[in-house]
Amino acid sequence: MADTPFQAAGSEGKDKQSISVFELFTDSAKKSVAAVQDYAMLCGRSVANIFVGPHYLQDTLIQMDFIGAGSMPIILLAGFFIGAVMVLQTGSQFTRFGQSSLTGDVVAIALVRELGPAFTGLLVTGRCATGIASELGSMVVTEQVDAMRAMGTDPNRKLVVPRVLASLLMLPLLTAIMDFIGLLGGCVASVLSLRLSAIEFWRRAIDALDFADLMQGFSKPIVFGFILATIGCYKGLTVRGGTQGVGRATTQAAVLGSILIIVADAFLTKLALFLANKIF
Amino acid sequence: MSRAVTGPSDSGPAIQFDDVRIGFDEGDIFRGVSFRVQPRETKILLGETGTGKTLTLKLAAGLLPPTAGVVRVLGQEVSRMVEQDLLDFRRKIGFVFQEGALFDSMTVADNVAYRLREDGVDEEEIEPRVLEVLRFVELEDTLEELPSELSGGMRRRVSIARALINQPAIVLYDSPTAGLDPITSQTIITLILRLRDVYGVTALLATQRLQDGFALANFHFDPEAGRVVPNARNGNAAGAAKSPPTRFLVYRDGGIYFEGEPEELLNSKDPYLQRFLV
Repeated sequence: MADTPFQAAGSEGKDKQSISVFELFTDSAKKSVAAVQDYAMLCGRSVANIFVGPHYLQDTLIQMDFIGAGSMPIILLAGFFIGAVMVLQTGSQFTRFGQSSLTGDVVAIALVRELGPAFTGLLVTGRCATGIASELGSMVVTEQVDAMRAMGTDPNRKLVVPRVLASLLMLPLLTAIMDFIGLLGGCVASVLSLRLSAIEFWRRAIDALDFADLMQGFSKPIVFGFILATIGCYKGLTVRGGTQGVGRATTQAAVLGSILIIVADAFLTKLALFLANKIF
Repeated sequence: MSRAVTGPSDSGPAIQFDDVRIGFDEGDIFRGVSFRVQPRETKILLGETGTGKTLTLKLAAGLLPPTAGVVRVLGQEVSRMVEQDLLDFRRKIGFVFQEGALFDSMTVADNVAYRLREDGVDEEEIEPRVLEVLRFVELEDTLEELPSELSGGMRRRVSIARALINQPAIVLYDSPTAGLDPITSQTIITLILRLRDVYGVTALLATQRLQDGFALANFHFDPEAGRVVPNARNGNAAGAAKSPPTRFLVYRDGGIYFEGEPEELLNSKDPYLQRFLV
């Protein structure tokens, strides 16, 4: 032990200098692997705890209200204009070939298969994964999570499972609303801009969709809901470094959640197309 | 608080640390810590910031596992228990966190009733029990208030009430008077004395304020008089017998630097211990 604070500071500096780049790299790699392992364990425990009690119904309903009803305004607003923009972009191209009536088909397939689930996932991640991370992060730094454990409550059951369940249930519903409002926006745009009949637009949009499209469109949000809830919870529950750490965790939840949703979307699309060819 | 607390078994210590070691990225905090807390004893943990006082409490509650060594509480080997068993075990102890750690989205009544609701106790039984413990900490008028509407001292008292709702055999206090004015600190210490002397609670108390430790060592709560009175050393002969033992434990450099009676600490000529006495 150093005798004075100055000696202590000096020896600490020497120790830091002696750390090699290789050690820094291996330390960083170990931390990354440990983080993936911790996240996987949190996911595994959440899934297991969905089937094993105790369940917190009240907390689940509160989260359903926060994630579902709370996200409605952004879903309605974004959905309407996404549909409208789709029509404006595709309609102008179809008009060049005299096929503007195909607009309804394209908008419906694109929205239901891809844009509806992806935009819903990304928008709800931006709103709710960040909210979850900051709420749980604040609970961690104020020792509320430790207090919960000290009173014999499993934080995974009390905090994570209600959020995961609420996301799993709400995301497909929000996606359905996003799809419908998107088609409505597309219909309005096609009537006003392309001078198409609203009835014709809806008829073609509905006819263009088959069961495989709906399966693809409504299975994706279940996965996206799981990703956004677990990432938000994981980042929140692993906060380090006080209020600054909460800020970092919130940002990381938004970034990581969005990226994981986009990556998962690519794999799910491939899987859905494969299954559609094999089964439907 | 009409029911008696479930005391630890008389066959052994209530809390036992044997060669406990723990470290983090920054280095080892404990390099072999061993001590025992007997039933009804109050152990005062002293030490500079970062010496492991809070860590001791978290290890005793099983909130952190030691790297090596044995932590035994109420006869159970906490250091080897899995989280699911620890959740059940922790229902037998109370933990008062430094800043209270109250659930900020719940009212005072809901905070105090939390553990009872978790245990599935009937709502008809919950209300009188919550009122009882809040009356014990003299905060029965704050039932519907949120923690953010309370002062720092009131939050600590609610935290004590929450820890008491299940009549725990052991209460772990993490710097219960830190950052409080002297009068509020005295109120908190009086509460701790009442708990110890009326209900026989075993306690581990981490603090940086030596006067808290001496207050617990030199005074006791007289239920008949309904107030705190000095022990025999200060002229009250009956007090010495009534007051359970209070011992000090001082941490330094990852180990126990001193363990003993208040008088030993007070009379010590050790320069490091003298720093606490100034």
